[in-house]
Amino acid sequence: MEWIRQRLDKIKEPFGKGKKYEKYAPAVNAIDTFLFTPNHTTQKGSHIRDGVDLKRTMITVVLALIPALIFGMWNAGYQHFTQLGEVFTFWEALGHGALKIVPMIAVSYAVGLGIEFAFAIFRGHEVNEGYLVTGLLIPMIMPVDIPLWMVAISVVFAVLVGKEAFGGTGMNILNPALTARAFAFFAYPTYMSGNQVWVSEASNVDAISGETILGTLAAGENVQYGVMDMFYGVIPGSVAETSTLLVLAGALLLVFTKVGSWRIILSAFIGAAIMALIFNSLPSLGIEGNGLTNFPWYQHLVIGGLAFGIVFMATDPVSAAQTTKGKWIYGFLIGFLAVMIRVFNPAYPEGIMLAILLMNVFAPVIDHYVIQSSVKRRKKRVKTATGQVETAV
Amino acid sequence: MSKDIRIKRGLSLRLEGEAEKELVEAPRSKTYAIKPPDFHTVVPKMVVKEGAKLLAGDEIFFSKYTDEVRFTSPVSGTLKEIKRGEKRRIMEVVIEADFQDSFKDFGKMNAANTDAESVKQRIFDSGCGAFIKQRPYDIVADPKDSPKAIFISAVSTAPLQPDWGFILKNKTKEFQEGINALQKLTEGKIHLSVDKSSEAVLKDVKGVELHRVSGPHPAGNVGIQIHKINPINQGERVWTVDAEDVAVVGNLFLTGQYNPKRTIAVTGSEAPGKIRKYYDAILGANINELVGQVDSSVRIISGNVLTGTKLSNGQYVGFFDNALTLIPEGNQYRAFGWLPFTYNKIHSNSRTSFSWLFPNRKYKPTTNLNGEERALVVTGEMEEVLPMDVFPMQLIKACMAGDIEKMENLGIYEVAPEDFALVEYVNTSKLEIQDVIRLGLDLMITEVG
Repeated sequence: MEWIRQRLDKIKEPFGKGKKYEKYAPAVNAIDTFLFTPNHTTQKGSHIRDGVDLKRTMITVVLALIPALIFGMWNAGYQHFTQLGEVFTFWEALGHGALKIVPMIAVSYAVGLGIEFAFAIFRGHEVNEGYLVTGLLIPMIMPVDIPLWMVAISVVFAVLVGKEAFGGTGMNILNPALTARAFAFFAYPTYMSGNQVWVSEASNVDAISGETILGTLAAGENVQYGVMDMFYGVIPGSVAETSTLLVLAGALLLVFTKVGSWRIILSAFIGAAIMALIFNSLPSLGIEGNGLTNFPWYQHLVIGGLAFGIVFMATDPVSAAQTTKGKWIYGFLIGFLAVMIRVFNPAYPEGIMLAILLMNVFAPVIDHYVIQSSVKRRKKRVKTATGQVETAV
Repeated sequence: MSKDIRIKRGLSLRLEGEAEKELVEAPRSKTYAIKPPDFHTVVPKMVVKEGAKLLAGDEIFFSKYTDEVRFTSPVSGTLKEIKRGEKRRIMEVVIEADFQDSFKDFGKMNAANTDAESVKQRIFDSGCGAFIKQRPYDIVADPKDSPKAIFISAVSTAPLQPDWGFILKNKTKEFQEGINALQKLTEGKIHLSVDKSSEAVLKDVKGVELHRVSGPHPAGNVGIQIHKINPINQGERVWTVDAEDVAVVGNLFLTGQYNPKRTIAVTGSEAPGKIRKYYDAILGANINELVGQVDSSVRIISGNVLTGTKLSNGQYVGFFDNALTLIPEGNQYRAFGWLPFTYNKIHSNSRTSFSWLFPNRKYKPTTNLNGEERALVVTGEMEEVLPMDVFPMQLIKACMAGDIEKMENLGIYEVAPEDFALVEYVNTSKLEIQDVIRLGLDLMITEVG
């Protein structure tokens, strides 16, 4: 380690203050700080600091994503081989998925981090770690067969328009990963929906039933999967969102480390359950409903990207509500709206993406009203205080 | 009558190097210093020149814009040097002690039976006015104001903070007289907050409203107590005084002498065990007399690790500080320091290290930043350690933006930099938050006043 340190110090020399390549220092620093937590000491204010930093926070989220990602790779292979009726081993399935998904991740990281580095140099700040998570999330929520160039363009759009246009990490209004997916969804709809895209290489074969459960329901057909299949995630869908079980495992890590807000996660599931229960109760009110409204509420919670979106994207602290009360409201509405969009708009079989993006836009408004209630309390106190003085006089 | 204040949110850091509860006479410093930068916003105007002979209590400078506030010599001796910094700003006024202990005689006074104006005059003339701080803004008080209340905190919750009960044990008589004098400065009440240890010593003090405070740091911060007892509204002023300084004021009225005794605890993991004690010293003492020459691998902090000031060899204890803390400098690299669940010996309030599994472990923190400055991303961590009805992140952003109306709405009048020390400590983005709040307060002073 000592040797690497010395090499690094030597490499960094021409990037020092006042040296020739000073402008490019953020790029070198990003690599250096990845290997070593720097020797910076406190100068002003508190002399000691907490052990956590943004790198550690972001890596924790990446760790939480890993189980779902590996399952996603296996499931891509599993769906492929079972739909084709071929015999396969666990490793073959995993290998098939990995061959599809690892290049997507590589493209996403290469393109996204490239832009991040360029902006860091251009703006003269250090590279923020946020993209470590975003860059992994983007391939995880795409269909497995999406061409790599589409991934690349979606990433460019998400990072440039979704993030850097607003001032970079910490300033964006929309979740960048979902911005990428929304872009791909509206720009290349044939690659992002339908019954051909969810199973690897399904489009090459005729008569394959690669429809997602939500798609099946929207088409008014019967679902062929059991509840436990849905929960474990052996169903077609975007790369890594299918397994509610492993998403919940990730959620456990996020909540346990306090990196993700348990308030948002819990209230979003409550919101989704309530909306689904309302739809479920329609028949008892004399309204017939359809396959989607009558789909049992607990199954609504385990299908589609709902759980994945709630756990990994609704909890993105930058685009979520920032106040404690606001988080409850924000989460609840995401769940509520996600199920509502599912049921009412068959053109968008999965509602979680649009629900989160919509609430991202409204999060500042929610915060505003939460804060305003505290401001009002404070102003009222001033009034009573001055009132007392007046009566005293 | 006493009221209980229970603080729930916060964080009590347990650090290595607590001072042993043994009071020893501090070796007398050859030189003492008053440092004008300790008094935020005060522009010093010198009244004596280098070489002047001084008694303890003789005026050395006053505040240019509030000229009733005088700053006096803590010891008798000769004014040795006026150290200036950039733009000829006065950084230190150094006084060479003559060890005679000759005091300027202000005359004894029974505060309880004297009119308010004379008491006030005496306090500010003698230099005791410098002990009184004003909220909002956390600056030296203006004697022309009449505060709605005076707050004194005798609650120690900060890491390695000296125990108020132990410091005040033998000073109750002076403390009571000090309270009698301070009562004349306000139409309102004097609020005294105590913890278990100081309650035993101060429970019989008369003329105060006693508050029993419990809970994690920052429960001991006077700002948090004000917020819970009688929050500051726009346009209002409250004053705060450190508990030991109340005894200095009392001593002034009892003896007629300005004798600013200051108990200084030497703490921190790098302070050798045999010097980690409480020292009976005088304000502005030279640090080397207390801790000797300190190696450059050690950070010398006047005050506690969260709010103190960085010192180097040969400098002097800060005016408001009653601790000298020595901790290791952290200018070392750490390989893969960002890996979660590694380096568990570094405390973290988040649960990304296992340190939270050992709530009773004592930590030995260094001055390493443990990361680099980043944009504000993580939410919710600040609220966990700030027990106030204030939205810390929003207030910090308002301060950065210099948005006065927003700062006002979000409660800038109720906060001081020290209340945000823990917020700064836990902050994932490693921002200098106390500095941000200080700049925000300064902006309010110039814009609102």
